[in-house]
Amino acid sequence: MSDQVSTLPVEQLDSVVIRFAGDSGDGMQLTGDRFASASAMFGNDLATLPNFPAEIRAPQGTLPGVSAFQIQISDWDISTPGDAPDVLVAMNPAALKSNLGDVVSGGAVLINTDTFTDRNLEKAGYAASPLTDGTLDGFRTFKIPMTQLTKDATAPLGVKPRDAERSKNFFALGVVSWMYSRPVEPTEEWVKAKFAGKELVIDANLAAFRAGYAFGETAELFDHVYEVRPASLPPGQYRNVTGNTALALGLLAASYRAKLPLLLATYPITPASDILHELSKDKRFGVRTVQAEDEIAAAGIALGAAFGGHLGVTTTSGPGVALKSETISLALSLELPMVIVDVQRGGPSTGLPTKTEQSDLFLALYGRHGEAPLPVVAAYSATQCFDAAIEACRIALKYRTPVILLSDGYLANGSEPWLIPDVEKLPDISVSFATEPNGTDDDGEPVFLPFLRDPETLARPWAVPGTKGLAHRVGGLEKADKTGNVSYDPLNHELMTELRAAKVAGIGSDIAPVSVDGPAEAKTLAIGWGSTWGAVKEACRRMNLAGRPIAHAHLTHLSPFADNLGEVLARYDTVIVPELNLGQLAHVLRGEFLVDAKSVTKVQGLPFTAGELVQRFTEIMEEA
Amino acid sequence: MDQTVALTRKDFQSDQEVRWCPGCGDYSILAAVQFLLPELGVDPDETVFISGIGCAARFPYYMNTYGMHSIHGRAPAIATGVAVARPDLDVWVVSGDGDALSIGGNHLIHALRRNVNLTILLFNNQIYGLTKGQYSPTSEVGKVTKSTPFGSIDQPFNPVSLALGAEATFVARTHDMDRKHMMEMFKRANEHRGASLVEVYQNCNVFNDGAFTPITGKDNRDNMLINLVHGEPIIFGADGQLCVVLNEFGEASVATTSEVDAGAILVHDESRPDPSVAFSLSRMSSGPSSPTPMGVFRSVSRPDYGSQVDQQILDAQSKGAADVNALLRNAATWTVEAS
Ligand code: SF4
Repeated sequence: MSDQVSTLPVEQLDSVVIRFAGDSGDGMQLTGDRFASASAMFGNDLATLPNFPAEIRAPQGTLPGVSAFQIQISDWDISTPGDAPDVLVAMNPAALKSNLGDVVSGGAVLINTDTFTDRNLEKAGYAASPLTDGTLDGFRTFKIPMTQLTKDATAPLGVKPRDAERSKNFFALGVVSWMYSRPVEPTEEWVKAKFAGKELVIDANLAAFRAGYAFGETAELFDHVYEVRPASLPPGQYRNVTGNTALALGLLAASYRAKLPLLLATYPITPASDILHELSKDKRFGVRTVQAEDEIAAAGIALGAAFGGHLGVTTTSGPGVALKSETISLALSLELPMVIVDVQRGGPSTGLPTKTEQSDLFLALYGRHGEAPLPVVAAYSATQCFDAAIEACRIALKYRTPVILLSDGYLANGSEPWLIPDVEKLPDISVSFATEPNGTDDDGEPVFLPFLRDPETLARPWAVPGTKGLAHRVGGLEKADKTGNVSYDPLNHELMTELRAAKVAGIGSDIAPVSVDGPAEAKTLAIGWGSTWGAVKEACRRMNLAGRPIAHAHLTHLSPFADNLGEVLARYDTVIVPELNLGQLAHVLRGEFLVDAKSVTKVQGLPFTAGELVQRFTEIMEEA
Repeated sequence: MDQTVALTRKDFQSDQEVRWCPGCGDYSILAAVQFLLPELGVDPDETVFISGIGCAARFPYYMNTYGMHSIHGRAPAIATGVAVARPDLDVWVVSGDGDALSIGGNHLIHALRRNVNLTILLFNNQIYGLTKGQYSPTSEVGKVTKSTPFGSIDQPFNPVSLALGAEATFVARTHDMDRKHMMEMFKRANEHRGASLVEVYQNCNVFNDGAFTPITGKDNRDNMLINLVHGEPIIFGADGQLCVVLNEFGEASVATTSEVDAGAILVHDESRPDPSVAFSLSRMSSGPSSPTPMGVFRSVSRPDYGSQVDQQILDAQSKGAADVNALLRNAATWTVEAS
């Protein structure tokens, strides 16, 4: 089948945006994921945007039950899953209703007509059938009875019609794979491996997939096929990876490069749980994973592991960070390394658990009692979650401090090709434990002073239990400088507070300086952080192409800022801060640098599209 | 530490001044632990004391071992982290009734059910001391305190019952007036592999003075403390005139020894896999006003959490080399050639 060459004309595209949408039971995430994998194997660059309801099975056929997966594939280095779909696959009326408005005009809409029953139309809120009432005017519509065709294709295998229905997403995948000249082997191989031992399921899915592919070729609905050529990416070995997987692997690589065993203690929470799932498989690397009784315990267990000399990590989302806050403050006060990963989602409270947002920045920066500054690192793309995890661990270990690493739902579940690094070439982030007394007492006897700091980093020595002669106590009560004994002395408290702050502030010179992309003549700077990177980069690219000079800087460290940030901001007349909250970074930049930062915000549980950023940046630049 | 030189209590005392109220029961518990550890031959550098918040929680500061005075209620969780990361260490948790049973109740029950290798000492004084005298989750109904001027209406926890319900593999009770008994219980608890909980009736002479005197007072002990000895019939009283029997429902009660068949007296078996009888014993007293069992209620063997975590790692490692580069590539990969 793979050598089956279409007889239809082939149209070359440099990129295409496809959205698969269906009921949450229709397997749309899997379909999108398979299309992404096949495209990655084919050599395209790509970015994905899964968008699914919080309910595991929302009421069938309803608008809240729609699950969608958008993917952009391209022959060049893209950074977003695309603004608007060129192609929509709608598996039921609700999927059509909630997604059609996003499709580009003249776009292709593939519809599973078998689901357009009166009952389903009613559930989707359609008074009349959109197949016939003109709703689809202006789109290239392909009406395909996918359920029936799947049943027909699988009937000879002896598959019961009810079971056959479950394979209809593979039929849809087959049609789209044919339309875009995707290789079929990766999907076929995957089906065989995934359902190994369930021969009938394998056969049914393969039959549906092949039937979909053949349908495209023979049904004469289409007058040509498309091709998106491989992208010219830097040479090397690639895989497709989601942000959560990259982050988990980054933690593991950090443990390897730190030469410390990793202990992940966590409590299941969307959208962070996949990090636990990945690391709980990696026991042969000495990784210990503990699914704790609650978020607080997870933080405590990670901290206990750090006290014991391990790389202690806890992963969560915003509500979990709130619960861990007291323990994070303890870690900060004890000056022990610990990494807290916040995969942000829409808040406050339970909010939008499966949707993305950047609204925990203030929580990360300030969400503790007392004077409690700590380093905050933010990942900016799915693949960069790997590097961000290593960076968070490096800072935590070197400075003996809790570090908050911010990711979000968009990065967590989105995927893109990843040039797989060689771990041996990653930086050495190992630290040494204290092994000897480092001071003398009044009688001149050698003693261990757990709070005698390194003059350069201000980090305190890390003496792990079991080290001969260094037995000492740490605690949440204020500690005397150097000895760490309980101290209520007013001046000592002030000194310790200042030392803890100075230690964190000093990290500003030990991180990558802020770099700026864009033309030298630009008077406007778009400065973002976290997952908006792809959209901001693409928006700036389009604006510069259109002759509107704009520069782009993206912060990887939110606390402390790199030392050169003030100088960078001062170079621009207009500073625009796009973020998926109500202006938290803008607020910080205004406070810290007295810069008249302009906010561009969005809190819809969805990432920015490049198009909307172009529009809003342009509005600000025209006002300026 | 050189093991050829026998250590003494002094070796386990830190240089920090002990700051409990004069006369507090905590002093005698601290002394019992500091006398015991040299007897056990443990190395202070391999010993860790973790505490939460409360009067009892100051304990680690006074021990010349590794230690952490952490936050309210979280000691069992933090200690779990230490014990899982470092199964080679001897990890103790020191807690109070508010710390372990109120704010930290969740962590306590989960440490017990997981059977984390921890020796947990629960100083029960039935009051909040450090916050100056509010009722606690073990205070008796009707207790008048600063926060219950009309008397507490809360049903108290029975810590031993709670621990048994939480699948604990070792549960014991002792009191601060009997150093020898404390040392024996702490020793047993510490030797137990897995989570062990020892409830220590502790007198807070400032906010709840004499709470346990009805049973632990010198004149009352004989008839009020039921000494549990494994394999022995449970007989107590100055002249052995009292004993414990089970009724048809398995409920334990006090009987007069002379009035029951010798064979009807309950023979204590701390190793019963089923915790029901231990639970019945724990229900004999509610509040220190009636005969109260002391000693080991339950001691059964079950693999501890840290060992099982390690075993899973060893099993995984025996199946193949751990190559991080290979893990990163453990997916469908493709190669882009240099052009
Ligand atoms: S308040 Fe009570 S428990 Fe606390 S130190 Fe004083 S006497 Fe002991």
